[in-house]
Amino acid sequence: MAEATTGSSVERHEPPVPSAGTAVVASDKLENPGFEPFRPRVSDLSPIKERQNERRVGWMFLASIAGSVLAIAAYIVFPIHHGDPGSVRLNTLFLGLGITLGLFGLGFGAVHWSKSLMEGHDLVEMRHGTRGSEETRAKAVEVFTLGNKESGFTRRKLIRNTLIGALVAIPLPAIVLFRDLAPAADPVDQLKHTLWKKNTRLTRDPEGTPIKASDVTLGSVFHVIPDGLNDEEDHIEQKAKAAVLLMRLDPKDLHPSKGREDWAYNGIVAYSKICTHVGCPVALYEQQTHHLLCPCHQSQFDITHEAEVIFGPAKRPLPQLPIAVDSEGYLVAQSDFHEPVGPSFWERQL
Amino acid sequence: MASTPSPRRTKRSGRRSPAVSAALLIIGLLATGGTYALFTASASAETTTQVKDLASEGQKLFAANCASCHGLAAQGTAVAPTLIGVGAAAVDFQVGTGRMPAAATGPQAEQKPVQFTDEQTKALATYIATLGPGPAIPDSIYLTGDADVSKGAELFRVNCAMCHNVAGAGGALTEGKFAPSLHDVKASHIYEAMVSGPQNMPVFNDLNLTPEDKADIISYLHYLDKNPSPGGVDLDGIGPVSEGLFVWIFALGSIVAITVWLTAKSN
Repeated sequence: MAEATTGSSVERHEPPVPSAGTAVVASDKLENPGFEPFRPRVSDLSPIKERQNERRVGWMFLASIAGSVLAIAAYIVFPIHHGDPGSVRLNTLFLGLGITLGLFGLGFGAVHWSKSLMEGHDLVEMRHGTRGSEETRAKAVEVFTLGNKESGFTRRKLIRNTLIGALVAIPLPAIVLFRDLAPAADPVDQLKHTLWKKNTRLTRDPEGTPIKASDVTLGSVFHVIPDGLNDEEDHIEQKAKAAVLLMRLDPKDLHPSKGREDWAYNGIVAYSKICTHVGCPVALYEQQTHHLLCPCHQSQFDITHEAEVIFGPAKRPLPQLPIAVDSEGYLVAQSDFHEPVGPSFWERQL
Repeated sequence: MASTPSPRRTKRSGRRSPAVSAALLIIGLLATGGTYALFTASASAETTTQVKDLASEGQKLFAANCASCHGLAAQGTAVAPTLIGVGAAAVDFQVGTGRMPAAATGPQAEQKPVQFTDEQTKALATYIATLGPGPAIPDSIYLTGDADVSKGAELFRVNCAMCHNVAGAGGALTEGKFAPSLHDVKASHIYEAMVSGPQNMPVFNDLNLTPEDKADIISYLHYLDKNPSPGGVDLDGIGPVSEGLFVWIFALGSIVAITVWLTAKSN
């Protein structure tokens, strides 16, 4: 390789010349093969082809002009009418097609021009050397020495040390401020508890109207939020934890484990809607198979067996919300969930 | 969409020409069609204002077309559920969309060309409704499709979108079952599906989603039918993953092709 001098030098590449030095070159070392030998293109050999390619480039630029004109025409011919999404669709579609033709015609024309008609030899453009000249380096040292001498940075220790102290103190207010962006309360505690409490009524999502046990007919599904959720300041965050799916099955189909027999009411069961895998809302309920499907990763939960996982990546069953009926016949929670809802987290002990 | 069960014409080597099979098929179809035509004629002659007559007509149709699976008294068998108490709405939906009579046992009964006339469907629905109280065919005031679209969209997102896709394009369930697309579905069929919970779809009774709520949802679905996506071709609203895959294959594919062309030498 020839030595680089300045960054702008462009040189024609020659095949490498074997060194006459004493260095030992391993025989299997891959040699730089250099460029392929120059192969003339059809437009180099035939003037007819050259003119043909010239015309092609011209046609592409003409197509580009046509595209730009088409875009303007489309904008006028397909105006946007207020309240008619169909007109927006036509407008954007033809405007986009016109501009696309304009840009692509220009780009393809320019590339075809350079590839078929311009100078066809391969070139190497050498890089800059990264090291400055000796003169520049000496000058830099001189500037620093003079700066130190004039400011007395190393001599005046009081100034130097207080300056370093000030620079250390400057970012401290930012650290204190950014620390408070973290949740004020203990996040683990927030993950372990939801809005559900003893006697919180089950209400319809999104209206928040209470649900009577008699409303839930066999095969029904209700999407449920706790009473008062819509009045919470952070109701979206709370909903993300407290969302519940309510279903009614034939009580004969349910197989509650010991101690959970009274968590259901006449075949009405309530389960957390938050998948225990990564927290997607599980709500694809099949009323004949009694399977709940999570749409994100296809975990399946069997509602007849306390939402145990029968397929997919989820590891734990969906937490069940114990429910009962109050004196007016409305469904209420017996308590909060007995375990944290949703996916695993570091401090979860279950 | 609707997959018609095509009668399989297997080639019987040498013994019979394929033309004979075709002729037999046509004769069979004509005979069935003729019988139906007679039935229809007699049905329309007999359909007086009396519900009783309609119900007895429906009972005959039921015995001839449905009883082999659902039992002679609609009590249900090992292969099909009981129809006592499913109401007229369920019949009008299942028969009116061609799902019943089912073509074959499978993961779910699919939509296919409707097998009965409107009169016959009405007769069947009337008969089933006499067996036990159940949801009735909805009042037409809820089916106009000019109710609150944005309220309907919110209710659809909460109650329906997880299975039917937020744009109503439908989606997959487990083991071959699927939630069908809701594009261009009749308002009465949307209402009846919600109120009766066909197959694996849960029930959304009038105490969960009031008739007004259902009217809002129908209006939202009709709005989707009538208004194309303003962003251009919407790929049928097949969902973010499939749409992403489309972009990966076709958009990135064309970028790769252009890159190859850019760096290739001109001949």
